[in-house]
Amino acid sequence: MKTTVFYGTLAAAGLAAGLASAATLDDVKANGTLKCGVTTGLVGFAAPDANGNWEGFDVAVCRAVAAAVLGDPQAVEFVPTTGKTRFTALASGEVDLLARNTTWTFSRDVDLKFTFIGVNYYDGQGFMVRKDLGVSSAKELDGATVCIQTGTTTELNLADYFRANGISYEPVPIETNAEAQQQYLAGACDVYTTDASGLAATRATFEDADAHTLLPEIISKEPLGPLVRHGDNQWGDIVRWTLNALISAEELGVTSTNINEMSGGTNNPEINRLLGTEGELGAMLGLDTDWAKNAILAGGNYGEIFADNIGESTPIGLARGLNAQWTQGGLLYSPPFR
Amino acid sequence: MSAISDETEPSFRLSMLVNDTRYRSLTFQFIALILLIVFMAYLGMNLVQNLATAGLNISYGFLSEPAGYDINQRLIEYDSQSTHRAAAYVGILNTLLVAFLGCLTATVLGVVAGVLRLSGNWLVAKLMAVYVEAFRNVPVLIWILIINTIVITLPAPRAYRGETPDAEMLFGMIAYTNRGIYFPAPVWGSGSLIVVGVFLASIVGIFAYRRYAKNLLYSSGKLLPTFWPSVALFFVPTILAYFVMGRPVTLDYPALQGFNFQGGLQVQRPLIALWLALSVYTGAFIAENVRAGIQAVNKGQSEAAGALGLRPGRIMNLVVLPQALRVIIPPLISQYLNITKNSSLAIAVGYADITATLGGITLNQTGRAIESVLLLMLFYLVISLSISMVMNFYNNSVTLKER
Repeated sequence: MKTTVFYGTLAAAGLAAGLASAATLDDVKANGTLKCGVTTGLVGFAAPDANGNWEGFDVAVCRAVAAAVLGDPQAVEFVPTTGKTRFTALASGEVDLLARNTTWTFSRDVDLKFTFIGVNYYDGQGFMVRKDLGVSSAKELDGATVCIQTGTTTELNLADYFRANGISYEPVPIETNAEAQQQYLAGACDVYTTDASGLAATRATFEDADAHTLLPEIISKEPLGPLVRHGDNQWGDIVRWTLNALISAEELGVTSTNINEMSGGTNNPEINRLLGTEGELGAMLGLDTDWAKNAILAGGNYGEIFADNIGESTPIGLARGLNAQWTQGGLLYSPPFR
Repeated sequence: MSAISDETEPSFRLSMLVNDTRYRSLTFQFIALILLIVFMAYLGMNLVQNLATAGLNISYGFLSEPAGYDINQRLIEYDSQSTHRAAAYVGILNTLLVAFLGCLTATVLGVVAGVLRLSGNWLVAKLMAVYVEAFRNVPVLIWILIINTIVITLPAPRAYRGETPDAEMLFGMIAYTNRGIYFPAPVWGSGSLIVVGVFLASIVGIFAYRRYAKNLLYSSGKLLPTFWPSVALFFVPTILAYFVMGRPVTLDYPALQGFNFQGGLQVQRPLIALWLALSVYTGAFIAENVRAGIQAVNKGQSEAAGALGLRPGRIMNLVVLPQALRVIIPPLISQYLNITKNSSLAIAVGYADITATLGGITLNQTGRAIESVLLLMLFYLVISLSISMVMNFYNNSVTLKER
């Protein structure tokens, strides 16, 4: 009898847990905050400023989702995660959304049961070397000592690339970007490899940035994007379309400065649908009609977020490149809002 | 068991389980055990339930899949196409290597520092006190980073290049760089087996000679010199055999090729940094154990030995240390365990130990966090218990034998 009650309780608890995890939107609304997993600190992508406010390219996604769902871009609880802890944090429900420049791969999507809701930065792995080594191509790196950030897709790409080209190397696994920078500058490794955006950001902080060069080879595709758990399609849709709203806003010329004017109604029906003056897109998602307007107001459209955090006017100084709108020769292409 | 069944025979009532002091503690321990089992079972079921809800499972299938990453220090054959299991083995061997080297050097350092801290020489005693206090009171991770930073300031391999290089090899054969130290490696030609055989035989000879000298001393009181004959036995036969066989063992010198030194025997920077840091840090603790052990030996013992005419060195080796070992060994076991467990800080300097391979890269690439961490726990548990067991055997062999 007692054991039956015990198992019954367990089963009920399990069922309740199952139901609870299915409706992330209700959880977020009940809590009044969005729990967002970010890096432990990568300037430009996610790092706290001098006052402890998180800012950066990935942080902006969190704030846009919080604004869309809760109407308040500040209603985010940031959970710093390392390369090791990020997936467990998301799978266990510790965070509702992971925006931590994470590469979208097959096994992470399928085997780890996550849903990548899109790509907010198209990156690729590159190499940085000292100019005085006289190396002009990654294929000349036979026998070199290579510093890699461990726990990322980069070490697999590196192994594959050197193997495919039949050359050897000595890997030096390193935990954080800061340590890698120190070892590379001390000459403990000849080459530093990570995502090209990271290399550019790192090189920008060197005193003698001109003495270092990025090799022309980009050896991998690194589509970085936010992700959520499998199994809650409504929540996945909300995050996916929030990101699409930011991208579409740039394409349609909606910025944080003209959005109030535009939300009064424009001649472009797509802008009207996006900003909620026409159609019922918000209600379909289970959100308010002005969800996308709030999301765009949080930090501006995609282009504004890019320019503010990692663009050419910032110390990171990244060009749009692949991350330009499809109309500008880039890969950003949001499905239509209709 | 038998004691209890004897007493339950005549009139055992259920209430005695609580009221009778003989059974009460057992009852409560049993209840506590049940509660503990229920609690663990709840945690376990919670895990299984939540994994099932998330559509995940516990599976060790990933161990047979190709790892896909490279490791810098490999004691066994390994490349990026080897399995995750092979990567774990590489990590295990690296952990064991640094733990073994660390225990060895920490013991030597600790014994020397502990004995010298009791030295009558004021300067030596104070120097050792400074060593112990400085190293004991700074976290080991900081020491690992400090020593790593020191090793990084050695010349880079490119400093050896050019007509007038900035750095030169030590004795023309040892290259010290910020990527590691390169020693000449022996190349075993034909006939070298005989030289090795002679060498091993001379080692046996040394032990046999010392044993003979000891027996002679005990039986007849005649003291033979042991130090110089041992030295002679160690070198002379091997060197003779080496030349007789026509110098079969040659050395492979490291040489700068491309980006790095190639050839020779390479001790990489991560290993050096981790090994040194663990040794000096734990050595400081062992020094204190040794000092405690020596001071635990009654002063009358050394005075009595002195009265018999023994010199200070002999008093230490023959009278004090054997007795002090009884006090030193038990805390020494936990220091050895500490070295092994602290070696998991290896990733701070890029040393590929088991925590860095299985618990780091493999965990990350496969996403099998629970499985990997369980394996890690199992590994450290097994290693720690093994060290404990071996050291306890040794401890039993040196404890006071009551007659």
